[in-house]
Amino acid sequence: MTLARYSLIASAVLALAACGQQQNTEQPKQDPNAAKPAADAKPADAGGEAVVKIGHAAPLTGNIAHLGKDNENGARLAIDELNAKGVEIGGKKVKFELLSEDDQGDPKTATTVAQRFVDAKVAGVVGHLNSGTTIPAAKIYSDAGIPQISPSATNPDYTKQGFKTAFRVIANDIAQGKALGDFAVDNLKAKKIAIIDDRTAYGQGLADEFEKAAKGKGAEIVKREFTNNQATDFMAILTSIKGAKPDVVFYGGMDAQAGPMAKQMKKLGIAAKLLGGDGFQSGEFIKLAGDAAEGQFASQPGLAKDKMPGYADFNTKYKAKFNTDIQIYAPYTYDATMLMVEAMKKANSTDSKVYLPELAKIEYSGVTGPVKFDEKGDVVGGTVTVYQVKGGKWEVMASVGGAAAPAAAAPAEAKPAEAKKEEKKQ
Amino acid sequence: METFIQQIVNGLVMGSMYALIALGYTMVYGILSLINFAHGEVVMIGAMVTITCINLVSSIAPGLPGSLVFTAGLLMAIPITMVLGFSIERIAYRPLRKAPRLTPLITAIGVSITLQQVAMLIWGRSPRSFPAIFGEDAPHKLFNLDVSITNIQITIIVLAILLMAGLLIMVEKTKLGRAMRATSQNPEVAGLMGVNINTIISMTFVLGSALGAVAGALYAANYSRADAYIGFMIGLKAFTAAVLGGIGNLAGAVLGGIALGLIESVGAGYIGPLTNGFLGSHYQDIFAFAVLILVLVFRPSGLLGERVAERA
Repeated sequence: MTLARYSLIASAVLALAACGQQQNTEQPKQDPNAAKPAADAKPADAGGEAVVKIGHAAPLTGNIAHLGKDNENGARLAIDELNAKGVEIGGKKVKFELLSEDDQGDPKTATTVAQRFVDAKVAGVVGHLNSGTTIPAAKIYSDAGIPQISPSATNPDYTKQGFKTAFRVIANDIAQGKALGDFAVDNLKAKKIAIIDDRTAYGQGLADEFEKAAKGKGAEIVKREFTNNQATDFMAILTSIKGAKPDVVFYGGMDAQAGPMAKQMKKLGIAAKLLGGDGFQSGEFIKLAGDAAEGQFASQPGLAKDKMPGYADFNTKYKAKFNTDIQIYAPYTYDATMLMVEAMKKANSTDSKVYLPELAKIEYSGVTGPVKFDEKGDVVGGTVTVYQVKGGKWEVMASVGGAAAPAAAAPAEAKPAEAKKEEKKQ
Repeated sequence: METFIQQIVNGLVMGSMYALIALGYTMVYGILSLINFAHGEVVMIGAMVTITCINLVSSIAPGLPGSLVFTAGLLMAIPITMVLGFSIERIAYRPLRKAPRLTPLITAIGVSITLQQVAMLIWGRSPRSFPAIFGEDAPHKLFNLDVSITNIQITIIVLAILLMAGLLIMVEKTKLGRAMRATSQNPEVAGLMGVNINTIISMTFVLGSALGAVAGALYAANYSRADAYIGFMIGLKAFTAAVLGGIGNLAGAVLGGIALGLIESVGAGYIGPLTNGFLGSHYQDIFAFAVLILVLVFRPSGLLGERVAERA
């Protein structure tokens, strides 16, 4: 009797506790944002010039906040340069204003943020960072007719939705997964491959494309394991992978997981190399993995940094302004912002409906190279570069693709021969 | 077979950390019948402070052996979390001791949010990497089998056992322990017998926080990183461990922690083959909470939870 009564109390308390903790994850992060739009709504007409708002969304809290901040810095650098130079559109001096919001890398929050941008009447959006947030937000921007350029969402589904407002300045995962799959089999001579992904739109999408490519090349997938984008302990899944004795372990996910994962692979004495996508081709990965980072591979859509036409200059400006190193995508947010404004200039209007057609047919030469969109909004000619950690630094191993790289799935078959050619050059 | 042994080793390492943290939950619950949800954040602060202190020590005295630097960092971090635990009780819980049970619970969640935000202000939003003070930390082979264990993992298990044994002995044998047990059984009567209840409650928070700091430091060393968000999940898991063992019972928390670590590790390792690929290893985290539900349904007082029945 007493026992039963006690259990009732205990479960009630627990239920309450569970609810409370749920709030815990959402509440604190929403508060600072909630205050923002009100503050942003005010300075509409500062000193006679027209104020044009550009939205930027990325996770600014959570375990990839460093990447989100990096993206924001890239966009901010572009905006500040434009304002310093002074831009005239439609015969009026225009002052750009960056509205940066935290989407927490969470699809639900991303749609809230997107709605907030629509309400704040932004002229365009640079973002989001993750594929999982970019895809649901795209619908809201499309409904409102606001152009969206993602600097870093690589999941193919983003532009497959058929929205006229959706663009990206980075090669998608079909290109990247294919390049990595070819690289694993051709260059690393992998016969048995284990795959882990973090079950996000990005990680899972990339891992699926990789699996297709590697299987197509005749490699055997000996294990397919999963984790999530909050996890730090991979010992259990790595142990079961160790039993399967793979030559290469592929991880589709971000650096916050890949770093500890490389370390734990070493702890377990797994000799296989870790291979992955742009999510962990960052300085943070090397910091988190320590000496276990040595010899691991990751790719990055786009040219190698030192081959980007405007990288050296951009790097100097970035460091001078923010006093920190570029993580991954800052050059892409910079280009995305610049080319959005370029389209406005061409259309001679900041009205999203007027400049959208100009954006769709723009040819822009940016820090990351020439940018041009295909009919879906994917960048034409996206290159993929594979890097390896050598002496605590990412070194270029191979560049795959180039001018003819497929932005869509169709011409994928044509690529291997050409990809090999490129790799041999290296 | 080797894979299985390796999973057991993984589970023991994880379980030892859960157990250390679970002790913090269970001690406070045993005395105040309060679930101190801020305990996970205390662990997080312990991890972050240790990293900062280790960086400090290595910058002042470079070239010291890793274990010494770690000990020094830990010895600096423990007092800080002790003060934190003491202040949490003093500021957030003591004024509410006579309030209905729900009030301190909500306060605990508030404290937890506050600590997380403060940590974010101090240490920033990016994960902090644990300084490479242990050098290579190459894995050892266990029993000549293909089962690996590293020095840090051995340290975790040994340190956890020592601390847990020490705590149990203290509670059973010392005067302070007797006072704690008395307070837990009946605070009013214990007070009449000359036990200073406020001191005892403060001591409980201080001890629990110290154990939490050690767990946090070991966590950071093991995963070579920590950030302002780690407290939530690890706190929730440790709380589950405490409930599994019977909340309020010290030996139960230890048992619950280790059991939970093993269940998670073996579960995540074998769920794929067992369900024929229907459920994958991304369900690792559901084990903890599935266990919590099962315990609450079938044995609400936990595995070793007689004390709970006694009190009610």
